[in-house]
Amino acid sequence: MESIKDKIAVIGMGCTKFGENWDKSPEDMMVDAATEAYEDAGIEMKNIQAAWFGTTRLGTAEPCVTALKLDYIPVTRVENLCATATEALRNACFGIASGVYDIALAIGVEKLKDQGMGGLGTVTGAGGNGTMEWGMSAAMFFARMATRYMNHYGIPYDEFKQILAKISVKNHHNGSLNPRAHFQREITEEQAINAPMVSWPLGLYDACGVSDGSAAAILCRADMAKNFRDDYILVKGLGLAVGARQGYLQPSYDMVHMEETVRAGRQAYEMAGIKEPFNEIDLAEVHDCFTITEMVITEDLGFCPRGKGPEYVKNGTFQLDGELAVNPDGGLKSFGHPIGASGLRMIYEIYKQMQGKAGPRQRKNPTLGLTHNFGLNPGSGVGSVTIMGQRD
Amino acid sequence: MAGIISFGAYVPLRRLGPGTQGWNASSEKAVANWDEDSLTMAVAAATDCLADTVRKTIDGLYFATTTPPYAEKLTATTAAWALGLRRDIATADITDSLRAGTGALRMAADAVKAGSVKNMLVTAADLRTGTGSLVNNIGDGAAALLVGEGDEIATLESGYSFNNELLDVWRATGVKNVRSWEDRFVFEEGYLKILPLAINSFLEKSGLAIEAINKAVFYGPDLRRHRQMAGLLKLKPEQVQDSLLDKLGNTGAAFSLMLLVAALEDANPGDTILLAGYGDGADVILLKVTDKIKEFKPGWGIRRSLDARMILPNIGDYHAYREFATADLERFGGASASVIARERDAIYALQGVKCLACGTVQYPPQRICTHCHTKDNFEPYSLADKKGKVFTYTLKYGGDIPAFARPSVDTMVDFEGGGRALFGMTDMITDDVKVGMDVEMSFRTLGVGGGIHNYFWRCMPPRDTWLGKETD
Repeated sequence: MESIKDKIAVIGMGCTKFGENWDKSPEDMMVDAATEAYEDAGIEMKNIQAAWFGTTRLGTAEPCVTALKLDYIPVTRVENLCATATEALRNACFGIASGVYDIALAIGVEKLKDQGMGGLGTVTGAGGNGTMEWGMSAAMFFARMATRYMNHYGIPYDEFKQILAKISVKNHHNGSLNPRAHFQREITEEQAINAPMVSWPLGLYDACGVSDGSAAAILCRADMAKNFRDDYILVKGLGLAVGARQGYLQPSYDMVHMEETVRAGRQAYEMAGIKEPFNEIDLAEVHDCFTITEMVITEDLGFCPRGKGPEYVKNGTFQLDGELAVNPDGGLKSFGHPIGASGLRMIYEIYKQMQGKAGPRQRKNPTLGLTHNFGLNPGSGVGSVTIMGQRD
Repeated sequence: MAGIISFGAYVPLRRLGPGTQGWNASSEKAVANWDEDSLTMAVAAATDCLADTVRKTIDGLYFATTTPPYAEKLTATTAAWALGLRRDIATADITDSLRAGTGALRMAADAVKAGSVKNMLVTAADLRTGTGSLVNNIGDGAAALLVGEGDEIATLESGYSFNNELLDVWRATGVKNVRSWEDRFVFEEGYLKILPLAINSFLEKSGLAIEAINKAVFYGPDLRRHRQMAGLLKLKPEQVQDSLLDKLGNTGAAFSLMLLVAALEDANPGDTILLAGYGDGADVILLKVTDKIKEFKPGWGIRRSLDARMILPNIGDYHAYREFATADLERFGGASASVIARERDAIYALQGVKCLACGTVQYPPQRICTHCHTKDNFEPYSLADKKGKVFTYTLKYGGDIPAFARPSVDTMVDFEGGGRALFGMTDMITDDVKVGMDVEMSFRTLGVGGGIHNYFWRCMPPRDTWLGKETD
């Protein structure tokens, strides 16, 4: 097995404003994201040799091909739940690494606000067998992990809610500095703690929003990246792990971690040659679909020891000016979660940070960044980790 | 001789009573939760009745009710599936009359006597709704009797039926509420006239004097008429089985059999019991209690069931439950008949699998073991009768949850002996739900969608934690 490390470069990216884009169709958003990426890379559409298109709601590759007029080139629609956009990038990387293509497009889009949805529903049976309890939602799956976390580590409810509120406050603060975010308003701990309950113990501000958006990346062989720009960035590692309901079938599964995240992280770290994630990684965009998810992810990715998530949150370790910035762009909390676009939106932030173009959110000389997605739910999910770094 | 081998009953946890706002009566009555219906209550009573009985020895199941979930589709079949009975058994719904319970018992006795079955499980349950004075008396509940030959705790000596054409209490097809004609007509021309006529005819035919009856167990529409009937039959107070109308309510087709269960709980060897059901005529059955009653250990029965109770704070909740039960919501397009058919063991009988290679219990059933990856090497393993503990939970506030059930409790349960699965919780006090709490399983309905009743199991705090507790 070979590592993907340093074989692929990102030479251009685009990202739309995320939000309730009532006046934009998925096609409009794809055109906007792709155009920004082409211009950023200094290429034209005709230079693209193959494309991977991530979406969960559009059923085929055709809307993307038609919108962008990717005339008669290979385009594949990919889907992998919340890791869908990252999956587009991952497959584009492999296409180039195989030597078959030199330049490829990875693009993701989701138009959730055309579906009349207030929140992301999760339609599965109580036993996975066609029967249906009432009120199935994404929140309940992560709330189960939150309840278990409190119990496992003996954290009183009030203290726990305050810890989660700090994560929400942090990400909303970062989002307030980002003109592309859906929500650009600071919130207070009190607001977060006192917000209406969605699925106890998780309240409204523990959950991310529902938004529309699109993001795109132009990738090429690393050895030809200099032809396009000097400040390209390199793919250092890719990890993907999918669960087989182990958490639901095996009582030994503790429900205070997400094994898929652990495994995907391990794969990516190994490819990238990372030994001490906390010391080596400067910033991470992780899947904060709920505040509890972000805290557990920081443990799963080795940013802090098991059970120490709350302590690190209280110490501000993961704030924008902390030792390892987590969700510097505002995260899903501020961007919402257009499923097929989120992964590339995260990579967009890493890319801009590496280039020193992150404006008021700019970290000092970052060299290694990580993105992470987690689909489905604790107990059985899709964990995806991507590591990007500065060129030598 | 054919007789009753075992008995069981189910009284839903909830009560309307003096503590219920909007309930203007001194009596109590039992009312089913929103996730219960005649089938789920019958399954609970049958589970109580069968206890450790080897399920594969049962040769048939009769289900008596006036409120079957389907107008066309057998409910006895689903009950048999939920109980894990054999396939080569007789099943029938006996319905459309308040007398269905006693009718089913007579039919079971006849089937056993004729030798066509060895063991027949008779279940009766009702969940009726009415208006006006009827609503005050209608309660919900179920009884189950195992009828067979061998170890009878009470032999079924003889029976008598009397047919009478009368619109006293009725419900037309497609109509929700039971109707009745004016009280004086209903009782003078119906109950108070026909039941004594049937009972006295039976006694005369059998050459029995009323004094020979140790306990008379008979249907009564309400307390006053039940007392009146005792007088008409010239019964001494100690001969009359308590009607339970002030604690349970009139449970329709299940009522006479529930009262019989209560009578058997207090019976002594050698007792003669007269059972009478009323509705479109009457059924009379004479039973003789045997020595075996001394060895019989009742499970929940009537007495303990009545002692496990939760007073509903507001009568509005009761009306909302009944309203919900009749709403046919197209949730996600409803359930799928073909999926239910494929997974009927997992859904109705809560059957998982146990890996024969490594012993890991898994629900829902898998083909490749989650632990050792051995393929297609499992034995069926039921979780329906297993106790468990809540490993984690959440309280759901989602907008599609009926207001009276919000927040609803979603749990991950770890079972004693292995196995983990996800269930909604029922019959709990939401504030008392905790990680690590004990639960047991209960067969319930999740509601109707697209004309399909969606039955599944929920977990709940052990019923015995409610004993002797008076709480809302």
